Amino acid sequence: MRSGRGDRIFAGGVTGLALIVPLTLAGITLLMVEAAWPSISTYGLGFLLSSTWDPVKEIFGAAAYLYGTLVTTAIAIILAAPVAVGAAIFLVEYAPRRLAGTLSFLIEVLAYIPSIVYGLWGLFVLVPLFRENVEPFLQSTLGVLPLIGGLFSGPVGGRDLLVGGVILAIMILPLLVAVSREVIAAVPTAQREGMLGIGATKWEMVRGAVLPYARVGIVGAIVLGVARAFGETMAVTLVVGNSSTAITSSLFVPGYTMASAIANQFVEASGQLYFSAIVEIAVLLLIVALIVNTLARLLIRRVAGTPQGFAI
Amino acid sequence: MKFRLAASALAIATLIAACGGASTPTPSGSANPCFPVKGQCPEEAQLLTASGATFPAVIYTKWVDEYYKATGVQVNYQAIGSGGGIKAITEKTVDFAGSDAPMTDAQLASATSSILHIPTVMGAVVPTFNVPGVTKLNLTPETLAGIYLGTIKTWNDPKLTADNPGVTFPSTNITPVFRSDSSGTTFAFTDYLAKVSPDFKSKVGAGTAVTFPTGLGGKGNDGVAGAVKSTPNSIGYVELIYALQQKLGTASLRNASGKFVEPTLDAVSKAAVGVTYPDDLRVSITNSPNAEAWPISTFTFLLTYKDVSDHAKALAMARYFWWGTHDGQNFAKDLGYAPLPADVLTKAEAKIHAITSGGTLVLPAK
Amino acid sequence: MTAAAIASPSWRVRRRRRVADTIMAVLLTAATAIAIGLLLLILGYLIVNGLPALNLAFFTERPKPFGVEGGGVGPAIVGTLIVSAVAGIIAIPIGIAAAIFVTELRPGRWGAIVRFAAELIAGLPSIAVGVFVWSFLVRGLLGRYSAIAGAVALAVIMIPIVARTTEEVLRLVPGSLREAALALGAPRWRVVMRVVLPTARAGVATAAVLALARAAGETAPLLLTALGNLFFSTDLLRPIAALPLQIYQYAASPYDDWHAKAWGASLILVAVIALVSFALRAFAPRVSR
Repeated sequence: MRSGRGDRIFAGGVTGLALIVPLTLAGITLLMVEAAWPSISTYGLGFLLSSTWDPVKEIFGAAAYLYGTLVTTAIAIILAAPVAVGAAIFLVEYAPRRLAGTLSFLIEVLAYIPSIVYGLWGLFVLVPLFRENVEPFLQSTLGVLPLIGGLFSGPVGGRDLLVGGVILAIMILPLLVAVSREVIAAVPTAQREGMLGIGATKWEMVRGAVLPYARVGIVGAIVLGVARAFGETMAVTLVVGNSSTAITSSLFVPGYTMASAIANQFVEASGQLYFSAIVEIAVLLLIVALIVNTLARLLIRRVAGTPQGFAI
Repeated sequence: MKFRLAASALAIATLIAACGGASTPTPSGSANPCFPVKGQCPEEAQLLTASGATFPAVIYTKWVDEYYKATGVQVNYQAIGSGGGIKAITEKTVDFAGSDAPMTDAQLASATSSILHIPTVMGAVVPTFNVPGVTKLNLTPETLAGIYLGTIKTWNDPKLTADNPGVTFPSTNITPVFRSDSSGTTFAFTDYLAKVSPDFKSKVGAGTAVTFPTGLGGKGNDGVAGAVKSTPNSIGYVELIYALQQKLGTASLRNASGKFVEPTLDAVSKAAVGVTYPDDLRVSITNSPNAEAWPISTFTFLLTYKDVSDHAKALAMARYFWWGTHDGQNFAKDLGYAPLPADVLTKAEAKIHAITSGGTLVLPAK
Repeated sequence: MTAAAIASPSWRVRRRRRVADTIMAVLLTAATAIAIGLLLLILGYLIVNGLPALNLAFFTERPKPFGVEGGGVGPAIVGTLIVSAVAGIIAIPIGIAAAIFVTELRPGRWGAIVRFAAELIAGLPSIAVGVFVWSFLVRGLLGRYSAIAGAVALAVIMIPIVARTTEEVLRLVPGSLREAALALGAPRWRVVMRVVLPTARAGVATAAVLALARAAGETAPLLLTALGNLFFSTDLLRPIAALPLQIYQYAASPYDDWHAKAWGASLILVAVIALVSFALRAFAPRVSR
């Protein structure tokens, strides 16, 4: 094997460029932790527990932002997961091959719509719709029930946590469909044939053979959706209300998410503590993204092997 | 042909001599194309980057458009809020910044060298509202503070109806809209409310980024106007022109002398009468005692380092500031801003003349 | 439902099972219809609201002062093209190199590290990437908002997409092709550059274009790095306008004219992205995405 100078230069060049990737990741992590350090050392864990965010008095607690992120993500998953898994099952098990191809492509196009366009659509279409129709309806029906009624109480504004959650649901839908589809398609045919062989209906086959096998992977898909929803910024910023006041139980209250807090306040956070508090929120998002994404991929790999094409 | 060549050569030589000698006082009478600002100036930078207040953005974007036509210089002003402008100039990520809120002592201390405040125009922060069926609204300091504190929750609250005889208010909830970003407009608004309402001062305080107890956040004056326009039963605070452009209602306020005043440019100008200005021009003119004054009036400033190392940039900025405070004033009234009063203009001119580059003055002395 | 139920001869049970099967089929179809319906709804709004805003001025002029109707988003269109192109120039070589590193050079643990790092970067929120590039370039090395800072931020987002898709495509190239070339005495680098990459050419192009499409629509990183520009600019060291930034500013504003322009700009972005995806699918169907 002739491993001459050409090969050495080639290997050197490729390696050099390739190593930029882990270097960048390390750089991002280190730089951001360093910038966030004043805030981390001042507040410690209390940063996540206190909801007082006061740039004037220089007191920073991100609990309200964390709450907003958790609530909008929860709404997104609750709304999107059933629809996405249902669509994925349909595409793999029920749809004729050509139709499945076209439909999958269309859903992918949804994935490529930039998030700012979702924000625009959410602001001009969803917000008025929810303010005029959906939220009053929810308030008059579910709002009178005990326990969950509290979710739908208070004055209806249209720009609130609920709409933030709904727009996130629409945004993570294509991702969930794509990953769930792959996971379900990866279930071995033998499993299916086994069920059909004993006379199961299509749905019984899905429920009895496909889903149990794919379950872990679907959970992984949902986890990926959570990761995506956590960090989503632009679509949510336009519709969520941008008010960091007290944490209440109502979904009709204007809220803030961690990502939208950064987008809104980063360019104006003057003063070292304020700036590092904002960067600390970014660091938190970073850590969550790293952990959640790793977890998700492990889960998916268990079912579908190496995940393919999660460019979305 | 030869005559024309000679004339051009002479003109070019004069140009070079004049601009080359811009840092030393030129004898009066000789033509200096760079000052006063008449057209192109070969020595200046052609591109300037600025960011800051949305309050004056309507006139600033008009200015940069006109200035480009007059001199060919591109002043890229990005309206991201006063807080963003202050941070950007402190970190020198822009050439100059715009802010309605004067920089605090702490902010000035964290800059590498001294920063000048150059007032450009005056404006009115007006409470603007979107309430079906209501076209005129009178507010007092107490009711305005109450709305933003959340103690006055509905439009038909007796405190509101008392000041507005003959107006039928709906019983709907009030949605106060405030600035979600760090804002000089918020500064002027809360500065005023803190002066007139001890409750507001202790619960919310004055500043560019206060925490309001209730309501909706909008980004920039344009974001607040947009939120008020699209949210029925809401009220927000914006510069006058934003309310006028959107045909939103503007409330009258009872000022310090007890009169209900409408937000007019005359009322704004009256707020600057009889004010003593500190040397650095960091002044607040809210809650003016003058009889017809609009109580939430404010100057808006352009912030620049006193010494700018890049001479071409320093010259370009000084010329632009000069143009804005002189020719630019002609656009103010049509766009909903009050021009600088004569005494303030003199002080602004002095500040612009004080700009240096590497120690030498940039503009020729008057 | 158990095997016993399936095997049960009782017609009542069988009817129940059939009904359940039909109901689920309907629900699943409905779920897909919702997903597709949402897409069509959004596209519909984009077309209805965006088309009227598209005129010549829209494409060629720069924005007018606040509140003045007319003008266009010319600088933003040029800006998006420039920033995306520069981001591509940075990201595509690095992404392809990373893929080659992982598949062809195959140095075991390091390959896994590079791969894992790429996956993690792919999962980062784009706002965090913006924060990083702001600290590193805008405040750090360059000292100003600039197009190049925006391009670097977009490049960071693009690299994992290019790397992953290219890796998939390289793995599809038959090993026999490599072995044949090596057996003929070609050095490793020649095998990769002259045999493997050209075979995977279509897929690599797909990877690059998909990554560009994704990057062109990103807003958050540009918010903190490119700042925006009222004027046409090609200067990499100056702030630059971009379509997503323009859409953001216009959407949150109160001006109806700007709202219409925001729809129009969104329509352009989505149209280009959709066309690109469609074209790729037609010409490079072997790549799964």
